Amino acid sequence: MFGDLDFQVVVDSLPLLWEGLQLSFALMILAVVGGMIAGTGLALMRLSGNRLLSGLAATYVNLIRSVPLILVIFWFYFLIPLVIGRPIGGFYSALIAFVLFEAAYYCEIMRAGIQSVSQGQVSSGKASGLNYWQIQRYIVLPQAFRNMVPILITQAIILFQDTSLVFVVSLRDFMTASSIVADTHGRLIEMYLFAALVYFLICFSGSFFVKRLKKEIAR
Amino acid sequence: MKYNWDWGILFSAPYMDWLISGLGWTISVALAAWVIAFSVGSIVGVARTVPNRAIRAIGTAYVELFRNIPLLVQMFLWYFVLPEMVPDDVGRWLKREMPNPEYFSAVICLGLYTASRVAEQVRAGIEAISTGLSSAGYAAGLSTTQVYLHVLLPISYRQIVLPLTNEFLTIFKNSSLALTIGLLELTAQSQQVSEYTFQSFEAFTAATVIYVAVAAVVTLIMHKLEHLMYVPGFIGTGDK
Repeated sequence: MFGDLDFQVVVDSLPLLWEGLQLSFALMILAVVGGMIAGTGLALMRLSGNRLLSGLAATYVNLIRSVPLILVIFWFYFLIPLVIGRPIGGFYSALIAFVLFEAAYYCEIMRAGIQSVSQGQVSSGKASGLNYWQIQRYIVLPQAFRNMVPILITQAIILFQDTSLVFVVSLRDFMTASSIVADTHGRLIEMYLFAALVYFLICFSGSFFVKRLKKEIAR
Repeated sequence: MKYNWDWGILFSAPYMDWLISGLGWTISVALAAWVIAFSVGSIVGVARTVPNRAIRAIGTAYVELFRNIPLLVQMFLWYFVLPEMVPDDVGRWLKREMPNPEYFSAVICLGLYTASRVAEQVRAGIEAISTGLSSAGYAAGLSTTQVYLHVLLPISYRQIVLPLTNEFLTIFKNSSLALTIGLLELTAQSQQVSEYTFQSFEAFTAATVIYVAVAAVVTLIMHKLEHLMYVPGFIGTGDK
């Protein structure tokens, strides 16, 4: 049972795990930035009033939101080399899959955020002679972002947990690295408990920060 | 872009059977896990709202623990680590004699993980009810248990139909993680079809269409249910 646990394996493999963790963070940060930009674009399309644009965006969002992320990762691992004509490597394929997947979720967050800005703000913008883009840029989006900061960070924490799914395509993130060490040293228990602990500490501090932030904003 | 299309592959043996059996496992994992998620989630959600501080702390600890560890890691903990952490006899039984260890690990893992999300919805539902109602319950001589059973829970469940639908759809999608421990559910089967036939486009399209169709059917049923359950006089989500 517990008698023969040996956590020395964790210490020995720290360099490999650290590399994996860096890849996890890089994937998360790039996917958050890309997902937010694409998501904001989708949200503006959905709210544009143009039926074609909003229909397209709505179809995309509903499609992506009803399939599992693993399937999306499989899709892009297969599609991207086919479309581009040459393989671009696991990291970029995974990154594109995450950006396009998260865009659908960020779109819904941004849409809720944009709709939380009162209509009066838009009207006063129009009354002062601003055009559509100026209203979005200077009035609506800044306020929407402010309201949305806690939920955007929460989504980033979820995304960080989701990056572990690149395991299915053997991209060497923290999860895959842990699993490689676990298999080669036959130390599954130690490695998976350690992985759980590391993810927990990172995500728990993140959610704790979000809680404090919410209190700040509510004040 | 060069690709040889062959949609017929999806309807030929054995690939069509693989996809159907995959769908069967996906639905079976999702439904069984939902039973756990709903019951455990309700208990934990209620625990987070009761007056007793110790019980509230246990509920909060449960939610924080399960929400802050990636589902994939949890899946491995249940499948690889649990059998080693229990007494030897139980461990041997879990590893060797228990039928379908992948299935049961996936169900328990998904169920307890989703329970933490359901708990948050149940809690939000209870907290959204004005304190006047429970005060009225207490004034009428009901015990705390009775206030929950007859006042708070019936109202909150009817208000959180939509968030619970989302959680159900999430469990259905998350069941794809069971492929990491070797359960051949829908995503795994489509991946296998793609590997055997090289018709990846067709294989993944089939899986995508099935996922979208199930999500559409569930959403449709739940929208109907939501209107039926709508509590008049509350600012609910029903728009009638």
